[in-house]
Amino acid sequence: MDQVFKQTTSAALKSRYDYCAGCGHGIAVRLVAEVIDELGLRGQTVGILGVGCYSTNPVTFNFDCQFALHGRAPAMATAVKRLLPDRLVFTMQGDGDLAAIGTTEIVHAATRGERFTVLMLNNANFGETGGHMAPTTVIGQRTPSTPNGRDPEIHGYPTRITEMLALLDGAKYVARVALDKPANIMRAKAAIKKAFEIQLSGQGFTMVEVLTACPSGWRLTPVESLKWMSEVQMKTYPIGELKVAAS
Amino acid sequence: MNCNRAIVEAAIQAGCRFFTGYPFTPATECLEQASHRLPAAGGVYLQAEAEVSAINMLMGAAIAGFRCMTATSGAGFALMQEGVSHMAGIAEVPCVIVNVMRGGPGFGNLAPTQSDYRMATRGGGPGDYRCLVFGPATVQEAADLTKLAFALADRYRTPAIILSDQMLAETTEAFDLGDPLPEEPVEKWWATTGCKGREPIYMGRPGKNYGPEAEYLSGNLTLNLIGLARAGRDPDTFEAHMLRLAEKYHRIEAEEVRVETLYLDDAELAVVAFGTSARLIRPAIERARSEGLRVGLIRPITLWPFPSRLIADAAERVRDVLVVEMSMGQMVDDVRLAVNGRTPVHLFSTLGGVVPRPETVGREIRQILGLVTADSRA
Repeated sequence: MDQVFKQTTSAALKSRYDYCAGCGHGIAVRLVAEVIDELGLRGQTVGILGVGCYSTNPVTFNFDCQFALHGRAPAMATAVKRLLPDRLVFTMQGDGDLAAIGTTEIVHAATRGERFTVLMLNNANFGETGGHMAPTTVIGQRTPSTPNGRDPEIHGYPTRITEMLALLDGAKYVARVALDKPANIMRAKAAIKKAFEIQLSGQGFTMVEVLTACPSGWRLTPVESLKWMSEVQMKTYPIGELKVAAS
Repeated sequence: MNCNRAIVEAAIQAGCRFFTGYPFTPATECLEQASHRLPAAGGVYLQAEAEVSAINMLMGAAIAGFRCMTATSGAGFALMQEGVSHMAGIAEVPCVIVNVMRGGPGFGNLAPTQSDYRMATRGGGPGDYRCLVFGPATVQEAADLTKLAFALADRYRTPAIILSDQMLAETTEAFDLGDPLPEEPVEKWWATTGCKGREPIYMGRPGKNYGPEAEYLSGNLTLNLIGLARAGRDPDTFEAHMLRLAEKYHRIEAEEVRVETLYLDDAELAVVAFGTSARLIRPAIERARSEGLRVGLIRPITLWPFPSRLIADAAERVRDVLVVEMSMGQMVDDVRLAVNGRTPVHLFSTLGGVVPRPETVGREIRQILGLVTADSRA
């Protein structure tokens, strides 16, 4: 019988699953691991992980990883990639990590055209603290810190940081993908692979924003979460390639 | 060559291959020097967008196993504190940070002070941690201590801080760079450079090198970090990590104190001062000695670990202790703890960029020794 599915080498099997039911982070980790396996780069990869639910990843990722302070992963990745230019270097950051406390680091890393890849997991809230408002929280979204829903008059507008970063000259590949259905998950994997390949060709800064479900934070069931992602979240954050620089 | 530039030359001699920083008077010449000297030495120089980014770039370089340095001044050093705390107490990685002290509080002024003593020796970041802190008094000593700082930072896997100040930084004098530091005095088995040919390493979380199979943090990360790890599940806990850290600090306190003394054997009055203030008041000590006054000098070279033992021993013999510092009195707290009430501890402080003068300190010395009255100071 043909083997149609197997464990990736770049992600180690764990005895327990740390994410909430319906959380998209496990899929994102799996896609990154698959891409690294396919590129044959497990031994030359350094992952820099921000602060968020995905920070438990390193006991999932089966390659060298550094842990960053909240928002600072791009600063660490900058140093690592400049000192070890032939390695595959990526950051994994949440929307709160990257688009709130870490805006300085991400903007300047992109401005300098740092040759690493940023994977931003956007679940429209601070999942780890209990689902509080993040810069990416959409208008009307209820969270423990916006009990009546996000009101632009009070809380401002959702931050489309990926669109902002795509404007910068140093950014060479910028895309937004969603983990809501199999076809989009395959597109997400293709985007991550493309970003890694452009990084390895030395062109400049690459970034993939990944919309992931957060049923616990959104107070929805896993199935309702996927529907909300397609029908609400993706209205504010349309998926697709935002920038593909001519090589 | 002035002290700012000499420190960078010494760093390169010590094998520093990464320098990042943000322009901040009076530390900016370190950055200028590094901008052309690091690339020439085969290293990487990078201007950061802020001190917060600089310290985190430094953390990335350190965790990748490279000797690395940044230079800043007071308020910039304050912005780095979270990163320093993390590098010292959680990631446990070596780096060297130069703080060229200028007037504070806040953005202060540009003149020399020693008022970041507390922030450097106590730590301005969260939690329990320590950093090696050096207080050079001359350009030669700054160069020597920079090299020592890299060696000890590597040995103990901890940040080392050079506390310079505006006056020392701008001082130009001849110095000898000495021999280069050996490439790998300490094996950096923990460096994250890609796991080719070995098990993966995760750095930046508390504890030892834990592989993917280790249950140390597996599934229990948050519980472990908040100290609620279930007994029997984790081979290590956050408490165990902190106890190991405390043991390391005790070892550093036992083994790495450096201090200079002058005329201390028969002294009735011990003057304690470090860095620029120690250098500036040395003529007052010499003058007093030439007048037959039994005055000695204790000059801490490492500010942490602090030479408490030596000061405690001296306090058994002297009649008085005088601390001279360019702050409201910060090191004086450490001196008082060491003296522990055995003798009176006096403080002569200068503030806001004013430096101690031998004449005024000399008058203070004669007054403490009872040779002049307080009234005659005017």
